[in-house]
Amino acid sequence: MDGRVVSGDDARMDVGFFVTCLTDTFFPRVGEAAVRVLRHFGCRVHFPPQQTCCGQPAYNSGFHEHAAALLRRMPKAFASCEFVVTPSASCAAMIKEHGPQLAGVQADEVRRLAAKTWEFCTFLRDRLHVNIAACLKPREPVTFHYPCHARGIYEVTDLREWLGRLDVRPPPRTDLCCGFGGLFAVDFPELSGRMLDDKLEMLAASGARLVICNEAACTLQMAGGAHRRGLPLRFRHLAELLAESLELMEGEA
Amino acid sequence: MSRRSDLRQRVAQATRNERVLQAVHLATWRKVDAREQSFAALRHAGALREKAARLRRHTLENLPAYLAQFVERATALGATVHFAPDGPAACRIITQLAADRGLRLAVKSKSMTSEEVGLNAALEAIGVRVVETDLGEFIVQIDRDRPSHIITPIIHKDRREVADAMARELGCPRTEDPAELTRIARGYLRDIFRRCDLGITGVNFAVAETGTLCLCTNEGNGRMTITRPRVHVALLGIEKIIPRLADLPVFLKLLARSSTGQPMGVYTTLINGPRRPQDPDGPQELHIVLLDNGRSAILKSPLREVLTCVRCGACLNACPAYRNVGGHAYGSVYPGPIGSVVTPLLYGPACDDLARLSSLCGACRVACPVQIDIPALLVALRARAADRQPVGKRLLLRIWRHVMEHPWLYRLGQTVLRCVLRGAEDGWVRSGQGPLRNWTLVRDLPRPARESFRRMWEARLRDER
Repeated sequence: MDGRVVSGDDARMDVGFFVTCLTDTFFPRVGEAAVRVLRHFGCRVHFPPQQTCCGQPAYNSGFHEHAAALLRRMPKAFASCEFVVTPSASCAAMIKEHGPQLAGVQADEVRRLAAKTWEFCTFLRDRLHVNIAACLKPREPVTFHYPCHARGIYEVTDLREWLGRLDVRPPPRTDLCCGFGGLFAVDFPELSGRMLDDKLEMLAASGARLVICNEAACTLQMAGGAHRRGLPLRFRHLAELLAESLELMEGEA
Repeated sequence: MSRRSDLRQRVAQATRNERVLQAVHLATWRKVDAREQSFAALRHAGALREKAARLRRHTLENLPAYLAQFVERATALGATVHFAPDGPAACRIITQLAADRGLRLAVKSKSMTSEEVGLNAALEAIGVRVVETDLGEFIVQIDRDRPSHIITPIIHKDRREVADAMARELGCPRTEDPAELTRIARGYLRDIFRRCDLGITGVNFAVAETGTLCLCTNEGNGRMTITRPRVHVALLGIEKIIPRLADLPVFLKLLARSSTGQPMGVYTTLINGPRRPQDPDGPQELHIVLLDNGRSAILKSPLREVLTCVRCGACLNACPAYRNVGGHAYGSVYPGPIGSVVTPLLYGPACDDLARLSSLCGACRVACPVQIDIPALLVALRARAADRQPVGKRLLLRIWRHVMEHPWLYRLGQTVLRCVLRGAEDGWVRSGQGPLRNWTLVRDLPRPARESFRRMWEARLRDER
């Protein structure tokens, strides 16, 4: 059972895949998984090679001129795509929520891009009508991290619903920040590290060792923190779990 | 007030103070839980917050008119209204009042605005003794400390420290029992209340329609402060105005729930002028000092939303950064998320870096009873100060932008990064150089993937199926 509900007009959508710079560089397996899942559900996936970064790091740290310069490139890079799908909710939020208000961009252009940009899981659910929970094969207990910047894109309750059939061990304080925060992580490393300690304590307290985290930046922070502290936590994007459950990808050792 | 290197250092130091952070963790989590529980039990909580936010915005948009109305009504009730353009002016007005009347002993109910203008020091400079009567503020005062939270001034202290301070300063037998400590403080303050001649309070809400001052407290000290002395001075920022008495319940329902999780504060006091002939008690004179201190300028700025704040402290309790540095590291009267917006606006660009002391996680926005988008305000402040960031950081960001604008450079950058970040056998970098030094101070960095996604795409993914 793959939980798929096909309606006529949803078949063969043209999807531009926005991999995001961090996923591209550090976690290509997440991109691979997402592409295979999208194809499995009938999308034609394109990867416009002009894409780089949406400008989010510059935006959050107040360098809005740089952010605008990078965001300006995005509508062009994805001009030919009907949809833009990204495995990062924070990059989706950058385009959809902050982008249109940014000085130095063509607001109309960015608004059009915003309207066709989707975070991966919400695209599966709302556009492809995939029952994500039904696709996942139960395996070891999982816990999860809710990325703060997903607020407005999807909520903790959505994430819980997607993980529905798995043996989910929610961490205490489910929406606690991991302490990354972009340049904040290197501007105030000691503080970022303490926030990370708190987060890892919650994840460890869940009892599960597999952490579902749909945000490359948070994974970079938490996996790096877990490794430094010798904690046996592993981090996976939901796309990877989906691809493995649908047998589109080998499970990772 | 907070220079850049100072801030970084203060923060680093604060993160090592285990005793303080343990106290702050315990207290903030307890308050987060209490707030969430009380809001879960409140019907139409979302609509109420929406209404409160709308009312606050409406008031600010029409502030001059509401202020004029408030002044007129309060004066009609017999109060004297003063206007202080800045902090020193507020101190001058109040010290003059005290000097003219020969007042010598002032009792104070908790007031952040008085902290903002440094009122205690100004009064003591002319020989008026000032005694804080809120238990937390009292302990801060006898311990010569500073408040580290706008609602819970001694959130950074544990029971032991309080016991030490009380025994040392009051000469009482040392005890760590909170009830006993409270009893001792109450006994001490009773005597002060008997002798005081000036009462100073802040104000939670000032009602334009009726000239009423509303005071929300939990300990009863507020009522003693306004009834015992012969003169009552109420100090408030001009943004504390609300239009009508009927609006008050909206805010009362939200304020205590957001602060402490109580459905309502223990004492809600409505003050309508000084003592009238038929009244059994109350002050002979009521002076209301309306403080601007930069608020009019904020009102004209794009960041005016910050003035809708009701000072409930929910954002401090919710903030994971506050929880891990405590209030003193902010170096400001107003710490935490809202403080990081207010402080640079009140004290100027030297404090702009406070806006960077946040991961922008948005827990503050979720907690705020009047729906202030604090992360957006922090980002706006960061933007205002971007040109004043260290030259090295600005250069790095410029290079980064240039790389990201050119896909071939970006691609090359990925390769270079992979070569530079060799890491250990297991693929993890433990001690980074240059800009990565601060990263690996507290966490490892995975080595960039051997094959980036775009290379994988070109090599095989594109042609699959």
